[in-house]
Amino acid sequence: MIYTHEFDSIIVGGGGSGLYAALEASKNSRTAVISKLYPQRSHTCAAQGGISAALGNLEEDSPEWHAYDTVKGGDYLTDQNAAKILCEEAPHVIYHLEHIGLPFSRLEDGKIAQRRFGGHTHHFGEGAVRRACYAADRTGNMILQTLYQQCVEKDIKFFNEFFATDVILNGNKAEGVVAYELSTGDIHVFAAKAVVFATGGFGRMFLTTSNAISSTGDGPAILTRAGVPLQDMEFYQFHPTGIYRMGILITEGVRGEGGILKNNQGERFMEKYTPTLLDLAPRDIVSRSITTEILNGRGIKESHDIDDYVWLDATHLGKDIIEKRLPDITDFCRTYLDIDPVEKAIPVQPTAHYAMGGIPTDTHGRVHNGNTTYEGLYAVGECACISVHGANRLGTNSLLDLVVFGRRTGMHVAQYVNDTNSSPVRKDAADYTIGRVETLKKKKGVPLGPIIHNMQRIMMQNVGVFRKQEALEQAVKKIEGLMDEIKELGIRSDHPNFNFEIQSTFEAENLLSLSLITAVSAKNREESRGAHQREDFPDRNDDTWLKHTLATLHGEKEINIHYNNVDVSIWDPKPRTY
Amino acid sequence: MKVIFKIQRFNPQEDQKASFDTYSIDVEESARVLDALQYISRNIDSTLAYRKSCAHGVCGSDAMRINGKECLACKTLIKNVVQDNTIIIEPLANMDVMRDLVVNYDGALKKFRSVRPYLIPAKKAPEKEYLQSQEARENFDEASKCINCTACYSACPIVAEQPGFLGPNALIQAIRYINDDRDQGLEARIDVLDNPNGVWGCQQMFHCTRVCPRGIKVTKLINQTKKQIVKYRESRGEIPNKGD
Repeated sequence: MIYTHEFDSIIVGGGGSGLYAALEASKNSRTAVISKLYPQRSHTCAAQGGISAALGNLEEDSPEWHAYDTVKGGDYLTDQNAAKILCEEAPHVIYHLEHIGLPFSRLEDGKIAQRRFGGHTHHFGEGAVRRACYAADRTGNMILQTLYQQCVEKDIKFFNEFFATDVILNGNKAEGVVAYELSTGDIHVFAAKAVVFATGGFGRMFLTTSNAISSTGDGPAILTRAGVPLQDMEFYQFHPTGIYRMGILITEGVRGEGGILKNNQGERFMEKYTPTLLDLAPRDIVSRSITTEILNGRGIKESHDIDDYVWLDATHLGKDIIEKRLPDITDFCRTYLDIDPVEKAIPVQPTAHYAMGGIPTDTHGRVHNGNTTYEGLYAVGECACISVHGANRLGTNSLLDLVVFGRRTGMHVAQYVNDTNSSPVRKDAADYTIGRVETLKKKKGVPLGPIIHNMQRIMMQNVGVFRKQEALEQAVKKIEGLMDEIKELGIRSDHPNFNFEIQSTFEAENLLSLSLITAVSAKNREESRGAHQREDFPDRNDDTWLKHTLATLHGEKEINIHYNNVDVSIWDPKPRTY
Repeated sequence: MKVIFKIQRFNPQEDQKASFDTYSIDVEESARVLDALQYISRNIDSTLAYRKSCAHGVCGSDAMRINGKECLACKTLIKNVVQDNTIIIEPLANMDVMRDLVVNYDGALKKFRSVRPYLIPAKKAPEKEYLQSQEARENFDEASKCINCTACYSACPIVAEQPGFLGPNALIQAIRYINDDRDQGLEARIDVLDNPNGVWGCQQMFHCTRVCPRGIKVTKLINQTKKQIVKYRESRGEIPNKGD
């Protein structure tokens, strides 16, 4: 069956940014959230260590220093006025979250507790500053629960387990979205004046990742099929400390509390790479340092291969700090590694963590293509690229991005829908979705497993922490081959209720499109900047490459690249040392 | 190691009753039950329906009964639960099965919403943060760990007998807020908590505490709330509505 619904605004995704946008947009418009999960399951729940704001609860701090750190952390690809907004609005949003119930950890004087995080400094880089507000080591989970509970209070309309498959665009104007209802197999056309994509990340294109199984980049993939370019996709962050072989995140908060990285010699190797900030250097630098140690045989297995690991040692912090401030981490180590971090060091390796790139937007969440701004089309959160994170995101700035820009986007939507008339839904709006589902039902079932595994392996090996021309070319070719394979894939059963086969195939297709764009963008950028490290072009090249990449998909595999300017109107780019 | 997974299958649109399918697969020493389910659905039988997301025990999607006990599949290591090379997987109880391991959350969510699971401010917000002592913050720390996975709701024998009983997960959400000194607390939720389907429904069987994947001492917190309610009623010269 095909059903139609009409709302003023539709939010796709029920994580931190989507829910914040929904709370704002619903104040004066008919708003609904569609989520392929139940909103409480969204991956915001996995963010651990903190959310930064220059509250200065422990020591002098300023939004200006925070913005500078964000720009420098992003290796000067960050749009500087956007970073300024992020950091200036941070205290306001943190206080608002606290007022609606967020259970922040507290200082002795009752104020919100703050701790150190990588790349956050005072006086423009002089030394580390305590800026990250936290709720133990489940800050993201508490943000998600708090926002969801506010949505319960406001009785916001949710369509749970509805999987978005397509956007309805009329020229440059958004008119709605199409979704597949998992519990029934029905297709739903949502007509709306404003559509907000808040679908999160796509770390599942890599083999080792901290991301949820559901982090499959549905929003960016839908928009790229509709002709919207994706920005800066070559910048993908590898978090330095994932649990060895599992990728599960061990928060930077462990190092913020004083944890130390050590190689097989027991050496605190970060002293060699970043003598001022040591283990609290930005993530791209720490991940590269770990990988360099490993490739030079100083990993614990001495394998000289990216399969190796190093130690994250927190034993000197003592039982009280570890169990009180890092209870979830303690639990993960006991559950998955059978070790107690109070007594033993944790085996860690870099894990695919966060997409700096995504759907290009302005600071109100409005999607643009470099020249033109779309009407009624918005993106926010990890799936968007404003760009406040530039070439490398600082820890804690993702949660901040969700709430600051979730709020701004919701406010803009509320205003936009009141100034706009609705359009009738096109008759062919659901055709793509219907067609794809029908094709799947006709084909013979071959397993999806090998396609996903091969994609994840080639992306991890060839588009990982270190990259070079031939490896990237090989990855592009491999991904293109997998895109041909998946077209032949079918499903084993055409049961309409909870047919996860259909959703999983859509998700795999989405990941393949984004893998291709990531690999092609990485091959195109012949310099090293932030998280994008080319062995064959080891230096940053501001003369040629101080610009955003915009990659547009034509047909299934052809990608055209053009560029957009970076806003460097506040701070001149400088060499990045810590 | 070779492990046999016996997984309950049921499609209410076609099947009269549930049955078990058996899959024999090789798993790594460190593998979780979710890894096995992912392997099966991606390589052997793509029709198997189950929920999953974060894959490390913080989102609550993959609560299910593993060898009879409610667990998160992503937080359960195969080597820790395997018996005679076999693992039996069934959907959560006390909720209707919609397909295989997927259950209907509607009833549990309705109860969750009924306890007003959000901050009802006790006073006007200050310009900056509400000041809250570390002790006051500690008072609701444990309850704030709940991820609403409904493992406890499935394990609770009272929910099975007395369908109106709110269940442990909804009570925990109420407890999280009534012990937060920024909230109006018990007063704002007294009606829903102080009745036979509220805290008094709990008969201290401890099943919830035993299965909670977040390690919350659910029964203890419910007992504490019972005492708070008695004290609240006494202070007003009233008696609690235990229904007996």
